[in-house]
Amino acid sequence: MARAAAARQRPNALGGALGFVWLILTIGPIYYVVVTSLKSQADYYSSNPLGIPSNPTLRAYRTVLQNDFLRYFFNSLLVAVVTVVVVVAISLMASYVIVRRSSAIARLSQRVFLLGIAIPIQATIVPVYYLIVQLGLYDTLPALMLPGIAFAIPITVLILVNYLRDIPAELYDSMHADGASDWRIFLSLVLPLSKPAITTVAIYDALNCWNGFLFPLILTQSENVRTLPLSLWSYQGEFNSDIPAVLAAIVLSCLPILAAYIVGRRQLVAGLTAGFGK
Amino acid sequence: MLAKSDDRPRPTGSGKASRKGPSLWMMAPAMAFFAFFGLVPLVGTFILSFCDWNGLGSPTFSGLDNWTSVLQQSSMYHALWLTILMCLATFVVQFPLSLLLGVFMAGRQRYRAVLAVLYFLPLLFSATAIGIAFKNLLDPNFGLSSALHLDILQQDWLGSPTLAFWVVIAVVSWCFIPFHSLLYQAGARQIPQSLYEAAQLDGAGRVRCFFSITLPQLKYTIVTSTTLMIVGTLTAFDLIYVMTNGGPGDATRILPVDMYLQGFKSNDMGVASVIAVILIVLGLSFSLVLNRLSGSDRMESQMEGM
Repeated sequence: MARAAAARQRPNALGGALGFVWLILTIGPIYYVVVTSLKSQADYYSSNPLGIPSNPTLRAYRTVLQNDFLRYFFNSLLVAVVTVVVVVAISLMASYVIVRRSSAIARLSQRVFLLGIAIPIQATIVPVYYLIVQLGLYDTLPALMLPGIAFAIPITVLILVNYLRDIPAELYDSMHADGASDWRIFLSLVLPLSKPAITTVAIYDALNCWNGFLFPLILTQSENVRTLPLSLWSYQGEFNSDIPAVLAAIVLSCLPILAAYIVGRRQLVAGLTAGFGK
Repeated sequence: MLAKSDDRPRPTGSGKASRKGPSLWMMAPAMAFFAFFGLVPLVGTFILSFCDWNGLGSPTFSGLDNWTSVLQQSSMYHALWLTILMCLATFVVQFPLSLLLGVFMAGRQRYRAVLAVLYFLPLLFSATAIGIAFKNLLDPNFGLSSALHLDILQQDWLGSPTLAFWVVIAVVSWCFIPFHSLLYQAGARQIPQSLYEAAQLDGAGRVRCFFSITLPQLKYTIVTSTTLMIVGTLTAFDLIYVMTNGGPGDATRILPVDMYLQGFKSNDMGVASVIAVILIVLGLSFSLVLNRLSGSDRMESQMEGM
């Protein structure tokens, strides 16, 4: 039915044109970054910025890799993995309670989490800085994980609650009737059933964490705890006239995510659309 | 999404023993994290706005000093105005484009799959990467303007106070349109095809269908997406900081940038906290207005989603 209806329609010329223009706007800047990162410094100043490099070179990439790129990479990875695992675990527990309990406290908690989405919570950065300093965590990786976890909770809970609502109450009830404990229900019912939603929020939180700039900028200062977005920022200062190297650093910092995207694109897009589109 | 989740949890069926559901303790870790790093700082922002603190040592109470000094600075009103203007402008740019692209991508066009793969790319990059890339691309000497020899492109994009503001809006939109068109794509796919078939039998064309079916059916997605757009712009610190550092002059110094520069560059955390409070109030008012606008038919739209 749907197919037949679609076939009857004329091709969407306006949509196609807009889609094409947007495509160029999307890949244009990306193309520029990749092309420029393959140029020599001299080439950068003399050649057409959008032209293909006459002598492509990986020099810029070597420069970046020799400047502690891998260390920043592993810092980012560690922060992202810890943050995402903790956020998803505790948010799923909270969502389970919110969906299954109708008590005033559960309802209030849900509203409090919602508040976290409605207000620009980055505005609380000054007291967060104060707290981190007081806890003696300034300039450490946990300084990035703790507030990162807290700030990711609202949207994670929101998506998980939306998803868990669709699990039929009878499933919980029958497990409960069989004498299963809360934890047992959580581990053998809620956890496996919410896998698609977990994938979505994990991806979303990981992207945010991986790309985060404000926390690292404010809560760390040493090189040995620097994360990727901040490293791009500092490379820009260090290599001040070596633009190809700065852009190579950008390409390198995107590669892991790009690789993950290529492998899991379907799941990623499906997850994000299902998670937010409801 | 936002409106929907405000609704009460569904009643838990008719089981006997399961009336109460799981222990509230399972909510404790999430609540503790959020309270300690979200709610306490929220209150802390208000308290610190009445204190003098340079970021080292400890804050001292200073009464209304910060508030009077901020409210007397014309720079704050300028930043506030820029912030509101930027929220509105990014919305005006992003909303129609992401809506149209999303609806387009929900259809069955031939190259849709390929387009969808590439559209998604800007979502993967950090704001720092995007900011640095555009900064170089827009460089008046070695960027776009020297690639295409068009007079209109021969501009110092980020160096001119009037241009820089609009360039920032364009780049912010570049970053976020893919995400929002994804939302609209998901929303549009959930619209029952039978509505379109019925409309076509009645002789409705594409434009008519769009305004009479697609748009009303997406009402709910529009609220979600608009909220995220506005809060996104309110917190678009990294992109702007990397591209212009608030400049040239104070042409792109919106409140989040102003807050950072006052607090962490000028070491005046009290003043930064006042700005943060203004930012929080601004965000809350925007979302209250949005919720009010969509609130009346919340239940109805929830049922449609089921």
